[in-house]
Amino acid sequence: MTMTSISRSQIYVLDQDEALDFYVGKLGLEVNTDQDLGFMRWLTVNVPGDPEHEILLEKPGPPALDPATAERVRELLTKGAMSGWLCLTTDDARKAFEDLVAKGVDVTDEPTERPYGIDFGIRDPFGNRIRIGQMNPRA
Amino acid sequence: MSRAVEESNRAMLRARDAMDRAYAEPLDVPALARIAHVSAAHFIRTFRATFGETPHRYLQRRRVERAMYLLVQTDQPVTEICHLVGFGSLGTFSRTFRDIVGESPSAYRRRKAAVAANVPSCFTKAWMRPSTTAGEPVTFG
Repeated sequence: MTMTSISRSQIYVLDQDEALDFYVGKLGLEVNTDQDLGFMRWLTVNVPGDPEHEILLEKPGPPALDPATAERVRELLTKGAMSGWLCLTTDDARKAFEDLVAKGVDVTDEPTERPYGIDFGIRDPFGNRIRIGQMNPRA
Repeated sequence: MSRAVEESNRAMLRARDAMDRAYAEPLDVPALARIAHVSAAHFIRTFRATFGETPHRYLQRRRVERAMYLLVQTDQPVTEICHLVGFGSLGTFSRTFRDIVGESPSAYRRRKAAVAANVPSCFTKAWMRPSTTAGEPVTFG
């Protein structure tokens, strides 16, 4: 048995329209699937040209989570304490940083030279951490 | 009510992010409270309720964490590191460092070998930060 790929990951967002404004409008990701399944809105995005790797932008709530648990998730998310976070790569981290700052995103870490490349941190509107790196080839 | 908590959480997180990002600058409570759009007194109270410590203490731990990093990763003099991480005086820096880490900056530098691992710096910054319970043994399970 061999796993071959990480195909879908998930993060919680508080509002899926606002998530689209951020992940597509500001970060430049593409909508992969936006479908009303009735019981939920299945909303996934991917980096441009890579539909094989999707991120599900899920809204916490009933019936998947009971109302009290959903409230707790929302509270942790807005504190920056939910596990949801993403690492994305780019071919020019400093340029990406400038573009995103111009679009008014919240910055947590400015671009830094590291052994593995240049990377910086931002936050999505809900509290999720996003790390964007221009990575050196793996040794 | 809970929406108000969420908005407050995000405002406090935004101010905390500012401390993580701009720790070397002369940040003060009024400036941070402005980022969170609340009064200074409200900011201190709410930040503590949200994250379990005062903004001042959080900023001290952030600065000390960066100092620990620079002490191990660079050869810069302690006085220079003190200013690089945002402390105004060597006395305050040394006292705060000892208070949080349990030993002086130079003793820490002598004892600590560099840790090399290619994990994203957001992780090392979060996990290498000295805890508020310095000195207590780490227990598992």
